[in-house]
Amino acid sequence: MMQLPCPLCGPRDEWEFACGGTTHISRPDLQASDAAWGEYLFFRDNPRGVHLERWRHTFGCGNWFNIARHTVTHEVLAVYGMGEPPPAHLRSERS
Amino acid sequence: MRYSALALVRGALAAHRNWTPAWRSPEPKRAYDIVIVGAGGHGLAAAYYLARNHGIRNVAVLERGWLGGGNTGRNTTVVRSNYLYPESARLYDFALKLYEGLSRELNFNIMLSQRGHIMLAHSRHDLESIARWANAMHMNGIQAELLNREQVGELIPALDMSPQARYPVLGGFMQRRGGTARHDAVAWGYARAADALGVDIIQNCEVTGFAKAASGAVTGIETSLGRIQATRVGIAVAGHSSVLARLAGFQLPVTSYALQAMVTEPVKPALDKVVISPGTGAYVSQSDKGEMVIGGGLDLFPSYAQRGSFAVLQSVVAATLAIFPSFSRLRLMRQWAGIVDVVHDSSPILGPTPVPGLYINCGWGTGGFKAIPAGGWLLAHVLATGRNHELAEPFQLERFVSGRLIDEAAASGIAH
Repeated sequence: MMQLPCPLCGPRDEWEFACGGTTHISRPDLQASDAAWGEYLFFRDNPRGVHLERWRHTFGCGNWFNIARHTVTHEVLAVYGMGEPPPAHLRSERS
Repeated sequence: MRYSALALVRGALAAHRNWTPAWRSPEPKRAYDIVIVGAGGHGLAAAYYLARNHGIRNVAVLERGWLGGGNTGRNTTVVRSNYLYPESARLYDFALKLYEGLSRELNFNIMLSQRGHIMLAHSRHDLESIARWANAMHMNGIQAELLNREQVGELIPALDMSPQARYPVLGGFMQRRGGTARHDAVAWGYARAADALGVDIIQNCEVTGFAKAASGAVTGIETSLGRIQATRVGIAVAGHSSVLARLAGFQLPVTSYALQAMVTEPVKPALDKVVISPGTGAYVSQSDKGEMVIGGGLDLFPSYAQRGSFAVLQSVVAATLAIFPSFSRLRLMRQWAGIVDVVHDSSPILGPTPVPGLYINCGWGTGGFKAIPAGGWLLAHVLATGRNHELAEPFQLERFVSGRLIDEAAASGIAH
């Protein structure tokens, strides 16, 4: 079973967590065009490679956190807090 | 070679040395009128209908792996058209109608078995939901029958209908025309029929990029076997749609997830309906070989891994055994996953992309197999004519800007 590293509780089994999808998405200005708003709501990078995403330790401490995870190997490459930027070397890495 | 009972007899008399390969394995030509990326059901069907409906035979289908090796070979083989909205009902029932004539049309037995597709209700709320669902189907001109508890028990004797049942069954509804079809045969049948009409199916050929003119229009495809010129290109690659879109320079409203399925060891006939229990998260039918084919919900995190998470496997097996306790002695033989292309409204994207000349068929999410004939027909139509077929009109990429979504999440059965 996949294990994820909760920053507060350490490694725990996958079923304790809920994935919140792609992270670092910021809401555009309310005056944004329909196209910009549609992009914000629906369009995603969906990489085959490193994905920056948010998870919640729902059935544990309840904490939200960010990880960088490879979508083919499921390897977790970095764990960082909700308000923090991703590690620089992972920002644009794709495979 | 035409397949028939007579051909079998002739084959028997010739010690079965007379059979020829069902399709060629040609070298790619330098240019085609139309190239389709992805030799799964949708791509092969599109190639077949390009040749059959539109007379365009200078067509290639490129496949990175082997023909039918993606989601076409990884689904639970279920066909149905029990959707909620008129746009979807028209689309999926068109697919089911084509399936109904497909074995004859392709001269290839796709083993369509319209055994009935039954949705279970486990609560008062479920009963109300299925009544609304069946009524929506009637409004769309598609047959559906509400079933009471006794009727469900008679149709599915293996269900736990005891007073102690963990998840009591209160009723259900059935689409009699729903059922199963042999998934590989659908790919093989379309491949053979398309090949016979002159389509080149090129396996082990990975697309690595798109060539474009100064106007931005597509002029060719870079592949692991060299450049192939084509000014009209169709993409039908399901869970890998975003990867191809990135190569072509645009984004899609798609997230890729692993959807897993599994089969038990084969046993004698015990279940002659397709049974789905949205409340518990189990989706079960018995294959002609006797295996119980079991599906469930998505692994709910983005993945391109083509293998299922053990956490979800556990919950799907637990759900299945809760409603079919007698299956607890069966051993699982195999478990696998396909990468599905989920969009926000659980409806497909069928039509042009931001790149002129490049068309896409994606977004079927967890339910692409049942739609193969329609998806192929509509992709062929837009590739051949440059215009959307009226059935495809509501399913454009543009709806994610206009907001005119067709939200069929509730009709995918198991909440994803």
